[in-house]
Amino acid sequence: MAIKAQLFITCLAEQFFPNVLKGMVSLLERLGVQVEFPEEQTCCGQPFFNSGYHSQARDLAVKWLKVFGRTDGFIVSPSGSCVDTVQHHFPELFLPGSAEHRLAVDAAARTYEFSQFLVHQVKATDVGARFPHKVTYHASCHLLRGLGVREEPKALLQAVRGLELIPLPGEETCCGFGGTFSVIYPEVSKAMMEAKIRAIDSTGADVVVAGDAGCIMNIAGGLRQAGSSVRAMHLIDILTAGGEMS
Amino acid sequence: MSQVPTMIDFRRNTQQVPSRMPLAVQKATSKFLGNRAAVVDAFGNEQWQVLRQAGHDIRLHAITHIEHYLEMAEHAVTRAGGHVHWARDAAEARRILLDIASRHRVKLAVKGKSMATEEIGLNPALEEAGIRVLETDLGEYIVQLKGVGPAHIVVPAFHLSKEEIANLFHEKLGVDAPAEAEKLTQIARMKLREEFLSADLGISGGNFLVADTGTVVTVTNEGNGRMCTTVPPVHVAVVGIDKVVPDWESLTVLLKLLARSATGQKLSCYTQFISGPPRSPAETGPAEMHLILLDNGRSRILKTPECRETLLCIRCGACLNICPVYNHVGGYAYGYPISGPTGVLFASQILGPTVAGALPFASTLCGACNEICPVKIPITRILLHLRRRVVEGDESEQAAAPVYLRVGAWAGAAALGSTGLYRMGSELLKRLQAPFVRGGWMARLPAPLNRWTMSRPFPAFAADFRRWWRSRTTAGGKRGTSEPGA
Ligand code: SF4
Repeated sequence: MAIKAQLFITCLAEQFFPNVLKGMVSLLERLGVQVEFPEEQTCCGQPFFNSGYHSQARDLAVKWLKVFGRTDGFIVSPSGSCVDTVQHHFPELFLPGSAEHRLAVDAAARTYEFSQFLVHQVKATDVGARFPHKVTYHASCHLLRGLGVREEPKALLQAVRGLELIPLPGEETCCGFGGTFSVIYPEVSKAMMEAKIRAIDSTGADVVVAGDAGCIMNIAGGLRQAGSSVRAMHLIDILTAGGEMS
Repeated sequence: MSQVPTMIDFRRNTQQVPSRMPLAVQKATSKFLGNRAAVVDAFGNEQWQVLRQAGHDIRLHAITHIEHYLEMAEHAVTRAGGHVHWARDAAEARRILLDIASRHRVKLAVKGKSMATEEIGLNPALEEAGIRVLETDLGEYIVQLKGVGPAHIVVPAFHLSKEEIANLFHEKLGVDAPAEAEKLTQIARMKLREEFLSADLGISGGNFLVADTGTVVTVTNEGNGRMCTTVPPVHVAVVGIDKVVPDWESLTVLLKLLARSATGQKLSCYTQFISGPPRSPAETGPAEMHLILLDNGRSRILKTPECRETLLCIRCGACLNICPVYNHVGGYAYGYPISGPTGVLFASQILGPTVAGALPFASTLCGACNEICPVKIPITRILLHLRRRVVEGDESEQAAAPVYLRVGAWAGAAALGSTGLYRMGSELLKRLQAPFVRGGWMARLPAPLNRWTMSRPFPAFAADFRRWWRSRTTAGGKRGTSEPGA
């Protein structure tokens, strides 16, 4: 029986990186995964939860759980921080023993970040991609420390034909995005972002890859501001590129 | 210095960080982190994780049974001939200390490195009472000369260059000081030696308090801390109630964790154990020993289960060293003597949301601190609770977030929670942005997003996945192929 994946597209990926989502669908289907898209979904509430607005976060979690609670199979998303919210924070929002809590625990257990899902459930590291460029990898904080995904994205990248993976100095240091942090403390966010851009530029890579839409927005914007020729891309962009940079 | 702050404006403070600060901080923190990584490596990572868990369990056990262990410590100290005082808050702690000082007609007090005395703003209080107080930890001595507080909880003056220190010595001490670490240390040592001999009171903190034997433990890398607790006729230790540990076995575990995490040493140069005044004429040391047990909000922290683990902290400073925010702003931006992630946890709770409501947000929640903390404090989890406390209030504090933010959040969540409004909103944004977009990016945006565009452009709204999905599912009931990179 085919593995089933319910797409959890997340706000930022939907608004700013729709091609990542389309690529994810095509890649999963090519690997024999049955992909479904619960169309009623909106925001998981992460920005509210992380900013202390728990009552709003709870409302959005209830809505999210209603939408995904009706589905079966895995729930798969291209964004580490959103998955971290579902896996680790949804259960905290509800009283143990309540119906919502049960739903949250169930959803947490079947929600996966894309690279996690690919490596551990689909059991694919070589997806037949080709990308003859120098690439460096930025470890997004919530993907890395929230979900413990350290090796999966790099294993996927290493299997790509022609790709040269260059280590990024300070790979595991935050890029300064931090959600609302970027507008609450813009000066600090800027300094952190610029340090990240300098590190990326120092590698001589053509492309920097990350696994979270927030980091990519921040890093891509920073690269553009600095006039750098390095492109920021999502892991999925690389795995579906078929040779050329889009 | 260290007055108790009235309102911490973290953003303003970050805007005033001297441009040389971040590099100076990063140079020092990367050295500490490198040393730490090497000793942890040598220890073996697996073993290290076992040790961290043990440290966590020991500290959690101690603070969970804090009354029991504090009573035990009190008895032991009293039995050994020491005097124990309980201070509910900073003011009471200062008063107790001033009482002791005035009873002994103290004119000069020498101090070892102590965060607790910074916390209670002891120095200004002593000076106001006409008592000269001298910091003797080299770093503290330097920042005291400069008239500022510590920039780091372990290495207070680490952001200053040798040249800056030489200038400072020249200006304040009137000596010709070459910009060489050894010479500067020598100058400070000579100046301090004279003072030790004439001091009437020695003040110290305590890294740990061993309940079993009533032993105050101090950990330093300079001999001066020990001079403070041995040379003057009276010694007062100011120790937070959270510092209590059950026994010497527990202490061993924590000492191993502390030195490695703080400076990358196996053991600090001086680990001193003080168990009361001399018991016989053959023993030397101050004839009188006082222990001030400082609460200052710690009992309240203990009462909130979500925040309790704040008090596990052994003040190693590793979370400061690894924190990307700290590394770009340094210690002063936090507006509190204890800075960095642990300072945020501590100050937010001790000072409350009205004074320190900005601090829990001074983090990207990257979680590097959680991973490095030797006693496994879930720092970001506590930060999340403290953010919630600012916004919504909890059992112990009232909400402090402005009403417009709360109304905005409510409206935003309501819109995001409705599939119809969400879709409408994303279509509307695509239209509204049109005048701003150039080549897929927006260089300037109105408030509050101008805070984003002041440092990088904002990507254009481009949602079209839902339409794409629809089109391929309705195309003859069969899904069309997707075009990657389209
Ligand atoms: S919170 Fe942990 S890492 Fe930070 S100073 Fe305390 S013990 Fe050290």
